[in-house]
Amino acid sequence: MELFKKYPKLFQWIFLLIVFFALCFAIDVPETYKFIRGQAEFVKDPNQSTFVFLGKEVRYYAFDVFWRLPPLLGWLPIWINDSLFFLMNDWMPMEFWNEDTQEYKTRPLVLQITRNLTAFMTFLIELIREILLGGLETIVAFTSWDWIDANPWAELPGLPWTIVAAGSAILAYKLGGRGLAIFAGLAMTYISIFGQWKPSMQTLSFILVAAPLSFIFGLSLGIAAFKSKRVEKALYPILLVMQTMPQYAVLVPALVLFGVGDHAAVIITMIVAVPPMILLTLLGLRAVPPEVIEAGRMSGCNNWQLMFKVLIPTARRDILIGVNQVIMVCFSMAVISAFIGAKGLGFNLLLALNQLNIGLALEAGLCISLIAILLDKMSLAWANKQVDYFGNLNFFQRNKNSLFFGIIMIVGIALAYFGSIYFKDGYNYLFEVPHNKGISTADFWNKGVDWIFDTFFVYIKAFNTWLIVEVLQPMRALYLRMPAIATIVLVVGAGYLIGGTRSALVVCGLTLFIALSPWWDRALVTTYMATFGVIVSCIIGFTVGTLCFQNKHSTKFMLNVCDIFQTFPSFVYLIPVMMLFGITDTSVLIAVIVYATIPATRYTIEGLRSVPSGLHDAATMSGVTKFQRLFKIEFPLAFPHMMLGLNQTIVFALFMVIIGAFIGTEDLGQYILKALSDKKGAGIGLTLGICVAFIGLIFDNLIRTWVDKRKKHLGID
Amino acid sequence: MSEPVIKCKSVYKIFGENAETMLKEANGNVDAKTFQENGCIVGVNNASFEVSKGEMLVVMGLSGSGKSTLLRCISRLTDATGGKIFIEGQDLLNLNNKELIDLRRNKMGMVFQSFALLPHKTVVENIAFPLQIKGINTEDSINKAMDMVKLVGLDGRENYFPRELSGGQQQRVGIARSLAVEPDIWFLDEPFSALDPLIRKEMQDEFLRLQEKLQKTIMFITHDFDEALKLADRIAIMKDGIIEQLDTPANIVLNPATEYVRKFTEEVPREKVLLIEDVMDSTTTEDIGDLKVSKDEIIENVAEKILTQEKTVAVIDNNNNIVGSINPTKIINTVFGGRKTNN
Repeated sequence: MELFKKYPKLFQWIFLLIVFFALCFAIDVPETYKFIRGQAEFVKDPNQSTFVFLGKEVRYYAFDVFWRLPPLLGWLPIWINDSLFFLMNDWMPMEFWNEDTQEYKTRPLVLQITRNLTAFMTFLIELIREILLGGLETIVAFTSWDWIDANPWAELPGLPWTIVAAGSAILAYKLGGRGLAIFAGLAMTYISIFGQWKPSMQTLSFILVAAPLSFIFGLSLGIAAFKSKRVEKALYPILLVMQTMPQYAVLVPALVLFGVGDHAAVIITMIVAVPPMILLTLLGLRAVPPEVIEAGRMSGCNNWQLMFKVLIPTARRDILIGVNQVIMVCFSMAVISAFIGAKGLGFNLLLALNQLNIGLALEAGLCISLIAILLDKMSLAWANKQVDYFGNLNFFQRNKNSLFFGIIMIVGIALAYFGSIYFKDGYNYLFEVPHNKGISTADFWNKGVDWIFDTFFVYIKAFNTWLIVEVLQPMRALYLRMPAIATIVLVVGAGYLIGGTRSALVVCGLTLFIALSPWWDRALVTTYMATFGVIVSCIIGFTVGTLCFQNKHSTKFMLNVCDIFQTFPSFVYLIPVMMLFGITDTSVLIAVIVYATIPATRYTIEGLRSVPSGLHDAATMSGVTKFQRLFKIEFPLAFPHMMLGLNQTIVFALFMVIIGAFIGTEDLGQYILKALSDKKGAGIGLTLGICVAFIGLIFDNLIRTWVDKRKKHLGID
Repeated sequence: MSEPVIKCKSVYKIFGENAETMLKEANGNVDAKTFQENGCIVGVNNASFEVSKGEMLVVMGLSGSGKSTLLRCISRLTDATGGKIFIEGQDLLNLNNKELIDLRRNKMGMVFQSFALLPHKTVVENIAFPLQIKGINTEDSINKAMDMVKLVGLDGRENYFPRELSGGQQQRVGIARSLAVEPDIWFLDEPFSALDPLIRKEMQDEFLRLQEKLQKTIMFITHDFDEALKLADRIAIMKDGIIEQLDTPANIVLNPATEYVRKFTEEVPREKVLLIEDVMDSTTTEDIGDLKVSKDEIIENVAEKILTQEKTVAVIDNNNNIVGSINPTKIINTVFGGRKTNN
């Protein structure tokens, strides 16, 4: 009784677990139950039950409601699909003038809008692509093919690689000094020499369109949300879902609306990249000290002046950090959108992975990572750069970078011209090293992989088999063995114990959505993989983080490592694991673990670092040992922040599990990937995406509520 | 007497959702406690006062006393919940947005506790900011701003960024910025509170020098009673949103209106605050010595002279007429005597 009074929460938790296990044992597995592989549920089977809702027929295998809930939401994907189809093909037909045929044509409104958007995006991408690589589309868009034939001088080639490389080095120098400039120059030269110039520039042009557009939209929406509570409230749930929505899932509806190609990819990228920009804009504007706003008002600013002359310049750093985030998301999407036909490095990477040509994949992956790191560092340097005073400099000092770039232009063009004479018969290496005609290391890597495989095959295979048979299979079976009702009780109970009725209701809603969708089993598999990844990641991350924290240099080193790893587009992680473990669940899980360990480590270090130094000194003065300090002072105080790390770890793990579908998993991701190649996949893809997002949000809600309470309790903010 | 520059009539500021209806129902009888029970917080409670041209009113109060809120009502950075505020006869609360901006651009200047400088602009650009907002072209505004730089003694640092300046220097920029449009009314919200004691004293002296030259109408907020005594023409002491006493420094020291005000005055070195005029007898006795002191002298400066006299000392005004007398024992009583002396 004493104990009961002292730890009431503990007993409540124990009670919840008892109920959960009792339900698990009480409800038997129905004899007809089996995990449905492949796309069996889309096959018509006399054993299936059916129901009709909103005119859509849903077919499903019926079980005891305690075991699996019937898919009452099964009509949703079909309905989304039909609605989209209706919008695109039949809704609001209107007369539109057609330039090409010179006549009015009847077209549905949405189709016309999306086609116009598409054309605009294509134009932007072509414009930048042709500056970098040469081409005629843009000029033709303003004139005509006949005009080009008449004026052959307009057939300008793209910029020679030497100019782009030197140009980026100059820009890097301006933003971040000599070190960054050297890195920029070397990275660009590497890309050129190793024959990845064309796809790299295609990817770069894609990012140079997607990132600024996302920035503009994100900034304006952020400002709107800052100005109006109503806009903020309307945006909030969308932002929340988008943060945990797997990027694959967004691709599918976009495919229907915008078709296949770079333009669709840009639009999708914007959808994914705008939310973080909105959040950071909002954060930055909120952080402007109220007195600065008042000073602006008292200087007689009207609303417009206040926003653009006071608020935004003061929030400059946060907004530029938003730009950095946007660029990172763009890179991640640049790879993934290769699935819907975006050209560039991502496409090559995908192709190479499909052919299991690890060497080529590594080369492409390395280039993507190099450009990603470069742009990451450059945008960060820009954010942290402080404004300088120019007034006292003369013309040459002020414009030395532009002038230098002008000289580089002339030298580069001269070099390219010289090259065209020197390399008369072959390729002009001083202009552009053609794709795969540079130095290639693919063979070396392939041989290396073969060697590793031949040498360590036995051990890798043994480890693989052991992990799958002894750990993964039983764990998966356990997850699938949970009756739906038991899972819901567990989750809702946890919600109630952590955050009261409100939390319980939110979590209950999210769980029910998944349970009532046709993919509960799949969601369980996704959760099992994510759980496994998260547990291992947390163990590694917390241990490594704590160890590194003991020393200043190792702390800094580890944070840098985390930074760099986080810059890699998520897809790149699949390359080395496929190299070692081939096409198995082990590969996916190892990619998940590597990827999800980053936030676990980072948040552990940051949490420990955030413990006030005063407390540190106070503890030392009361004569604690290092271990006592760690366990009595630092861990308890850092724990809330570490739990936020856990939250991030879960989101990262879910992302990677879904991307892992590319290797081949039997979870929600597999269906999302399938929906990509399915004409009627939009509804399925979107619903699946929401399911994954909701899994993330369940954990997000529980952890955040707990952290907020705990922080309040500890008085940390 | 001419129209007061600032005139407040029963100004209320109440935070909370149904503040306005509650204020109406309270019928001028606002009790902080009942309001708090209903989810409203009373910031300013029935403030009425006037500030005339060239006068410096210091509002003194501890944190949470509503002094900053009062200032923000008068600058209309927040809208007062009830009452009337007149700026040079204009009804402030009835101005539309354009008129308000106009008023701020031409008549008002404000200095902030945390300086509130724009981090992306240099010293001179910060000072020129209100001018440029007004639409004055770059060259003229920079020229004008340079005059201000000289006025606050920052010449040579005009191209520094705020991050490169010390706190005192940053506040000089803040002061220069608030003066750039040559406002008639000058609001200062705890301008020296964030500074070190030595710098604070230096800035106070500098501020008095400026005011002597500029003769602005000033509302100065502070939580430091000594600062209030040093600077003020009149002091308003606030507690829980209510103005407890509004009077000249001497009267506040000599006749604290409430127990709360008295607590502040107890520790004040009176000889540094009071003038001869405040403590002299307005009658002249026969037995008067040769020494004459001016009535506008601070006691501290002449105490030694008076105390070495055996006879009563004559007090004169600016025209050398004898207007009263003061006995050395009176000085002793004032400085060391029981704290309840009246003159």
